[in-house]
Amino acid sequence: MKTTFPGGIHPPYNKELTASKAIVEMPLPKRVRLLLQQHIGAPCKPLVKKGDVVTVGQKIADSDAFVSAPIIASVGGEVAAVDAEGIEIVTDPEHSRFTGQAPKYDTPEDIRQIIREAGIVGMGGAAFPTHVKLSPPEGKEVHTLIINGAECEPYLSTDHRVMVEQGEELIEGIKILLRACGAQKAIIGIEKNKPDAIENLSRLCRDEENIRVEAVPVVYPQGGERQLIKSLTGREVPVGGLPLDLGIVVQNVATAVAVHQAVNLGRPLIDRVVTVSGRGVAEPANVRVRLGTPIRDLIEFCGGMRDDAVKVVNGGPMMGKAVASLDDPVTKGTSGILVLTEAEVRIYEERTCIRCARCVDACPMRLMPNYLALYSRKSMYNDAEQIHLFNCIECGCCSFVCPARIPIVHYIQKAKHEINSKRRKK
Amino acid sequence: MEFLVEIIKPVLSLTVLAVVFGGILAWADKVFAVKKDPRVDEIIEVLPGANCGACGYAGCAAFAEAVAKGEAPVNGCPVGRQKVADEIAKIMGVSAACDDECLKARLVCQGSDDVAKTKMIYHGIDDCRAAVLLHGGDKTCPYGCLGLGTCVRVCPFDAISMGDNGLPVIDAGLCTGCNKCRDACPKGVIRMVPEGSAVLVACNSHDKGAAVVKACKVGCIACGKCVKVCPEDAIALVDNLAVIDPAKCTNCGACVEACPTKAIIRL
Repeated sequence: MKTTFPGGIHPPYNKELTASKAIVEMPLPKRVRLLLQQHIGAPCKPLVKKGDVVTVGQKIADSDAFVSAPIIASVGGEVAAVDAEGIEIVTDPEHSRFTGQAPKYDTPEDIRQIIREAGIVGMGGAAFPTHVKLSPPEGKEVHTLIINGAECEPYLSTDHRVMVEQGEELIEGIKILLRACGAQKAIIGIEKNKPDAIENLSRLCRDEENIRVEAVPVVYPQGGERQLIKSLTGREVPVGGLPLDLGIVVQNVATAVAVHQAVNLGRPLIDRVVTVSGRGVAEPANVRVRLGTPIRDLIEFCGGMRDDAVKVVNGGPMMGKAVASLDDPVTKGTSGILVLTEAEVRIYEERTCIRCARCVDACPMRLMPNYLALYSRKSMYNDAEQIHLFNCIECGCCSFVCPARIPIVHYIQKAKHEINSKRRKK
Repeated sequence: MEFLVEIIKPVLSLTVLAVVFGGILAWADKVFAVKKDPRVDEIIEVLPGANCGACGYAGCAAFAEAVAKGEAPVNGCPVGRQKVADEIAKIMGVSAACDDECLKARLVCQGSDDVAKTKMIYHGIDDCRAAVLLHGGDKTCPYGCLGLGTCVRVCPFDAISMGDNGLPVIDAGLCTGCNKCRDACPKGVIRMVPEGSAVLVACNSHDKGAAVVKACKVGCIACGKCVKVCPEDAIALVDNLAVIDPAKCTNCGACVEACPTKAIIRL
């Protein structure tokens, strides 16, 4: 068996709730709210004002910054409100039918431009603008493209369903991505708990010389890009470095499909597949939904909440964030909406660290989460940085295994935030 | 005689060595002398010696050095206050003006648990700086005090305690104006206010009136009544929030009476 990354955990996966359910299309929502910041990088500035009529696929917000991605109208209709955080559109089905034309392209630069204009970002959850990832800086060459189909977060099954149902589109997308970044080969890494996806893609790749499918062990966080690179190539991304330093680019499977749709069909990123799951929702499902759809509508579409639902999480249970309002919209990075019951959300009181070092064993980045949390609590940020605070990928393994129930990742996030805001002030 | 010579030899050689090394030491003392400002030691003598760091320097000695160099003001020690400032001023040969230094920390939020609405239940670290990472904290008002007591814990002088209503209480008598609570507060609801001010706009919300009313019963809705009623023209609306200019304010209290939401309070 191939070696994998150090540490990691085996949380209860709960994927059986949705893993075998085909993707269903949700009807157009009555109104959508498109946030101006759905990606890592600079927020966009609105290009439309209240009262404007927009058609689906129209660019409604953009930014001059390199690390940013434009916001595309996911439905057509009248702009109902524009505020500091987002743009609201009242849906008009007339303007919401997509009729695009495939753009023409020659060079990798053209492809990257099309991807940017389509508003595509990494759809695994981090939402890093895809065109930036595909632009290696001067002097760095990309030789391998890794397609991330690990989907290690419990509950989520969007990537799984995409790999099973949209395999052909995925392969087309990979071919375009290979051209865009100049890599010679692509490896699709899939966790072994998705045998149907592995089988489907292996069959489709049989005649592709430079694309191969590889099964990786089931361990969280296998889908972290650094972890997946270690599992597939045996190489480690240097401290403080990027996969590009190894000549590797990692893209999520849903991103590759979006790239295919943008480049080959001219269809920008207007929808995505979201897993609506958890034991607090009536009918868990994998739903293709327009971006900006209120979470409330999405949950209604899946039969609504059960009475014992206590918490709604945007993303997976390990790295996702609880939502404060059901009116919050689905964004480009929303891979799942989890409606959890009390039995699934266990809230514990924080106790004192007993120095068992289970977090150290579990950390896939080989950090010392116990000390990171301690330094953060004592506001000793310099010391935290010295033991590589910023290398933490916030996967949550440490908090998961901690017998003292210390919210270690929260402490780490606090330290990162405090350091960054102090730097900004200077 | 033989043995006398044997004794004299080492005595002589050691004496010569001692003279030579003594000479080198005397020379080095002159050449490599570190010039130390004698005032530094004098200032350290009069400082409280708590090494609290409230002045912004790494302890009293560092502060004394900075004062002697002229980098720090003579009244830079917030703990020693006027008494210490006067003594340092005497050493430095200047006068210690303390006009704007007598500042007290004040909480500019009255959004206690019973009047301010919350948008969610927060489960996490008991620290405002951590709570603010998730949707800006649990209060509906994005500017309000989160009430998790970060200021209480950073105060080196025990001047802040947590009240029963979920808001911190600042003891102005114990507050030395060291700014630590102000710097730690992620919402910026602690402001430094001149000691003499008796009226305070106890709200931090820059939202428009309608949004403020939805979030909190005692928020400034920027109605402008205080601006109109003030006989000294000391109040202005800045970004949907009333701001009192302490230089003009006479503490007459007309604004306190006029404020419809009781966002302006008498201290």
